[in-house]
Amino acid sequence: MATYDFIFNGLGLRDWCDQDATTGPMSMADLLAGSGGGQAEKTMLQSLWELPFPSLDALNQACPAISRSRDLTRGLEESFLNVKDPLKVVLDPITQPLSWVLETALQIFTTTPWWVMLPLLLVLVWVASRSWALMGFVATALGFLLFVDHYTFAMQTMSIIFVCAFLCVVFGVPIGIAMSRSDTMQRISIPILDMLQTLPTFVYLIPLIFLFSVTEPKLYGIAIILYAIVPVIRLTDLGIRLVDKDVIEAAEAFGMTRHQKLVRVQIPLALPNIMAGVNQTIMMSLAMVVIASLVSAPGLGVLVLRGIRNLELGVGLMAGLGIVLLAVILDRVTKAALARVNAAASVPRH
Amino acid sequence: MDHNASVSIRNLYKIFGANPVAALKRVRAGMSKADLMNEHRHVLGLSDINVEMKAGEITVIMGLSGSGKSTLIRHVNRLIEPTAGEILVNGENILDFGEARLRDLRRRQMSMVFQHFALLPHKTVLDNTGMARAVRGEDRAAYEQDARKWLDRVGLGGQESQYPHQLSGGMQQRVGISRALTSNAPIMLMDEAFSALDPLIRTDMQDLLLELQKELHKTIVFISHDLDEALKLADHLVILKDGIVVQQGEPQEILLNPNDPYIVDFISDINRARVLRVRSVMDTSPAEAPSTAGKVDADDTLESVIALSGGDTALSYEVHRDGAHVGFLNMKKLVRALVPMQAAENGM
Ligand SMILES: Nc1ncnc2c1ncn2[C@@H]1O[C@H](COP(=O)(O)OP(=O)(O)OP(=O)(O)O)[C@@H](O)[C@H]1O
Ligand SMILES: [Mg+2]
Repeated sequence: MATYDFIFNGLGLRDWCDQDATTGPMSMADLLAGSGGGQAEKTMLQSLWELPFPSLDALNQACPAISRSRDLTRGLEESFLNVKDPLKVVLDPITQPLSWVLETALQIFTTTPWWVMLPLLLVLVWVASRSWALMGFVATALGFLLFVDHYTFAMQTMSIIFVCAFLCVVFGVPIGIAMSRSDTMQRISIPILDMLQTLPTFVYLIPLIFLFSVTEPKLYGIAIILYAIVPVIRLTDLGIRLVDKDVIEAAEAFGMTRHQKLVRVQIPLALPNIMAGVNQTIMMSLAMVVIASLVSAPGLGVLVLRGIRNLELGVGLMAGLGIVLLAVILDRVTKAALARVNAAASVPRH
Repeated sequence: MDHNASVSIRNLYKIFGANPVAALKRVRAGMSKADLMNEHRHVLGLSDINVEMKAGEITVIMGLSGSGKSTLIRHVNRLIEPTAGEILVNGENILDFGEARLRDLRRRQMSMVFQHFALLPHKTVLDNTGMARAVRGEDRAAYEQDARKWLDRVGLGGQESQYPHQLSGGMQQRVGISRALTSNAPIMLMDEAFSALDPLIRTDMQDLLLELQKELHKTIVFISHDLDEALKLADHLVILKDGIVVQQGEPQEILLNPNDPYIVDFISDINRARVLRVRSVMDTSPAEAPSTAGKVDADDTLESVIALSGGDTALSYEVHRDGAHVGFLNMKKLVRALVPMQAAENGM
């Protein structure tokens, strides 16, 4: 009576289909079909109009030995849960330092008194940008956050970004260099990077939640790093590949080793691109740190979430303003640093 | 360090493409560059090149765009690997060298000057000049004095702390030359080193190179697509066309005896009076000594002799070199040498 019966009958698989036919839990469609039983025979045309696609569910009706779609999702879940424990044995110790670093940074950023932290941050801004105007802006913005009692939240967010962006650079630049040196490596990496960049962030939060407990900082650390590391890898690779062929040839003609070429020519000439990647990485960490509040990342994102959950409009908007201020600060400071790098390594005239 | 290095290239072939070895067989069997391209999608870069680049001489390789000049010069330091053939530097085949020896060869025996300068944009002029020495592992103190000396020589004294982008093209190429000189390598490879410069600066740079060469006697391989430049600089001129050497020899010799219509075309619009020298058209042993109107030097250009004679073709001159008498110059013969085809038919 099911549409695709004829296939299994025709192939002589009927016995195999029915051998352990247990009546598993019924799907909603089954229930509906059951309740409407006893209907008059359909016409030929009607049954053609309602011809189902031979999907797992449709085939299962004809042959119970074939699993249903929901068995597939359950299978996925089960296999993930099966590999989870061995995976944890490996991943846990490797990623544990991330938790420590994040916790320590959080500790340092939030317990250092504001009158120490503020000047320190301003010195950092000066070193990166050499601009009084920018320093003035940063001082005002941070002063405002202090004034409205959002300072601690802002510093929590800041500490997570510092740690994650730093780790992105530490891992991303070498990966980018490896990609620029080997076409195979590039071919393998690009689809992975594309995937990391296009997957909605929530999608890879799901397996991470299963792997690590929600209370561990490394959970959001990993989520942020996976998301934000992409631009620094891409732009390091691109930057090195774009280095003037003539200069590379000169380096070879004068007998540079691969290492000398990398350190004395390729990295310095790719630096503007690498810095542009760092800027994007930092901005993406900031975007992700807000989402990561869903999995217990502290900071301004927590306030935004509270605003959404409790419909506290003012709290949400104020935290949003704080995030905007942080974003502008981080963007301007890294862009100013980038501009200085660009000015120092000006492109040769041709 | 050896200041007398010679390079010889023997039976060199270079074919670009997926299967150069199979293509090489076809080329050896006589297939042309165009056929190889059309039928087998391989580019014949160089075909059976034999050139001796003598120590202390300037060998100029000349040809039109795409004739394989850059490909040839990049074989001398193996930036490009040949498909077949030998490249001997001081008698040793550098194709047998391993990575370390090749690197050492590039560091100590050769330096290179590039058409687009290829300076390090993030380094100062001084650091760029010392690049070759820094690559060898010497620290700045060791090369700074040399670097400053050569920068002074090429007229860039006082610009040591500038960055390349702050200099004009001519100045950047002077840095390129002082970089090559500071390396102290006996062989200097120059790929269209002056082609990107405007004509006046270009003449300056040619004069500078000749002046430096007078005292340094490096083995220079110079690429050019400009015949005037080639004739001015060359001790030995190699003319390349579609990857084949069509003629090579002393420039004056090629001018007077071009052996190919391609070269005749090439030399048809140059100012022969300015390029040809007395030594190329004089009689070393005339039947009888003519009465002479004065003395000229064997290396004078014909132009200067015409000026000296005031255009009188009836005169003859005594030719001297280093104070010694070496022959006679007949003005009629001089004038005939100025007409390209005439010169060739007379077998001069
Ligand atoms: N990597 C390569 N792959 C394929 N063909 C090449 C390659 N390099 C050079 N060729 C070909 O070899 C020939 C010689 O090129 P080459 O660059 O040596 O010419 P050139 O005489 O230096 O010309 P120009 O004056 O334009 O610099 C050309 O036909 C070019 O297309
Ligand atoms: Mg070229």
